[in-house]
Amino acid sequence: MNQVEIMVIGGGPAGLCAALAASSLGAKVLIAERDDIAGGQLVKQTHKFFGSEKQYAGDRGIQIGQMLLDNAQADPNIEIWTDSTVLGIYEDGIVTVEHEGAHAKIKPERIIIATGAAEKFLSFPGNDLPGIYGAGAVQTLMNVAGVKPAQSVLMVGAGNIGLIVSYQLKQAGVEVSAVIEGLPTIGGYLVHASKIQRAGIPVLTRHTILEAYGDGKVEGAVIAEINEKWQPIPGTEQKIPCDAICLAVGLSPLTELAWQAGCEMAYIRELSGHVPIVDDYLETTRPGIYCAGDVSGIEEASSAMVEGRLAGISAAASLGFGKEQVEELQKAAMSELDELRAGPMGAHIRLGLEKVAAKGGSKICS
Amino acid sequence: MLINDGIPTKDDLDKIYPSPERLAKGPVAIVECFQEIPCNPCIKACKQGAITMPRDINDLPLVDVELCNGCGLCISRCPGLAIFVVDKTYSEDMALVKLPFEYVPIPKAGQYAVALDRAGQDLGWCEVKKVISGGKKNMTYTISLAVPQEKAMEVRNIRVGGYKDGN
Ligand SMILES: Cc1cc2nc3c(=O)[nH]c(=O)nc-3n(C[C@H](O)[C@H](O)[C@H](O)COP(=O)(O)OP(=O)(O)OC[C@H]3O[C@@H](n4cnc5c(N)ncnc54)[C@H](O)[C@@H]3O)c2cc1C
Ligand code: SF4
Ligand code: SF4
Repeated sequence: MNQVEIMVIGGGPAGLCAALAASSLGAKVLIAERDDIAGGQLVKQTHKFFGSEKQYAGDRGIQIGQMLLDNAQADPNIEIWTDSTVLGIYEDGIVTVEHEGAHAKIKPERIIIATGAAEKFLSFPGNDLPGIYGAGAVQTLMNVAGVKPAQSVLMVGAGNIGLIVSYQLKQAGVEVSAVIEGLPTIGGYLVHASKIQRAGIPVLTRHTILEAYGDGKVEGAVIAEINEKWQPIPGTEQKIPCDAICLAVGLSPLTELAWQAGCEMAYIRELSGHVPIVDDYLETTRPGIYCAGDVSGIEEASSAMVEGRLAGISAAASLGFGKEQVEELQKAAMSELDELRAGPMGAHIRLGLEKVAAKGGSKICS
Repeated sequence: MLINDGIPTKDDLDKIYPSPERLAKGPVAIVECFQEIPCNPCIKACKQGAITMPRDINDLPLVDVELCNGCGLCISRCPGLAIFVVDKTYSEDMALVKLPFEYVPIPKAGQYAVALDRAGQDLGWCEVKKVISGGKKNMTYTISLAVPQEKAMEVRNIRVGGYKDGN
């Protein structure tokens, strides 16, 4: 049995920032990351990030990920296990990890769950044909493995992920025939939409995919305009030839471990699914277990990093580290979160957090 | 409309265009950022202090066109690739448009590229006058394109590849 002070599950931006913050107060941290490299979503984000300087805005996601990883690797208080999937959190507080081919058992004094999110899928006839990908998979192929995923792609979903991955496909020399979106308006940032429009990729709102067709693999898709009731408008069907269809229809928090640990959960639509109820300091209803980043509501890397920092400080503080600085550090993180969520783009997050608060959880958003 | 297809309308653009008098004085930034998103690198990018946000990072960026000298430094610093510089004083019949570019191949100064409008439509061949690298870390190029005066407010991109050495 390994004893550790703080165990961080997931080495994405939230997990890395949690570890760095806890370590800066003196705590010893173990990060378990199931991938062969830590960094989470950031390892494939080749575009420049938004936010403010405090969240490294203007730098590219990969650069931010590398910087966090370099800092964590250079930190004597932090140990990183890669290729290590956390399998369970048990009643007695024991965490089991598949690590170097063995089943490791860890007894951490505090746990920070930062497992991020999983991509949603969409059902339509032909969606089992080879050539239908989640946007994340396409991004991993292109930007991590350096493989051109297709010649011509139809993108489904005009949130930030659909828009950004379309841009990156175009950068990789792949033709994107269109980005289609069922909603009447674009969900992602309009600057991303403008950027791909002026590169000749049309963004078609109020459109859906009716089916994918092809003989043994994707050869095209049939799309159509839809009305307010999401019903296809007869006569608007179009065939779009393509050799891949990319789905960017949302993410859902990866909460299995929080469920299993017995944390109280709530379905909050604005946060994209079931999320753990957390307090102001991101502690769940199970004392000593914290959640940070997309696992407690789909947001952005900028907010995931700040949440990670807040959870890391709070977990370390609860073990007696930090003392005087703690309150100030917590306040600074909370006000950064408030600022990131203050605008119209943060409205749904604010609403989601109010619902969490109504269930006895966080009141972070003022 | 912008919110439906990502293409700013005349109304959107009228709100942010500098006056004809200011355009007649020399190069100036055109910041095509119309949505309140949490983002502010443009403020810091401008050494003249020409870009501000009155309340917080969710505000729309405001350009003080009297402070802006059209240097173009902000172009490669904006993660939204939403900033352009237009110089209507370039020559009698040509204007210079500086735009951000993140594709390969990168054109060379002196080559011709197909200019595109905000919908990606062909606006004809234009000469690339200058290509500036954003540096090893930034990696966004700033391309200066000589365009006919009447297209200065239309040209916002170039077609990737197929560049010609002469027109
Ligand atoms: C295409 C795209 C573009 C984006 N663009 C931006 C942007 O411009 N700006 C911005 O701020 N945000 C952006 N985001 C969002 C941002 O990437 C995420 O919000 C952020 O990565 C969430 O951080 P996280 O640490 O919570 O989760 P993740 O980054 O998903 O990290 C979670 C980590 O946990 C690991 N893990 C999961 N389960 C286990 C387990 N059981 N055991 C061990 N490890 C586990 C995963 O392997 C992963 O490494 C974008 C996202 C995508 C997909
Ligand atoms: S062009 Fe130069 S002076 Fe004008 S806003 Fe941009 S950085 Fe500032
Ligand atoms: S940096 Fe660009 S995208 Fe961000 S606020 Fe400024 S103009 Fe808008």
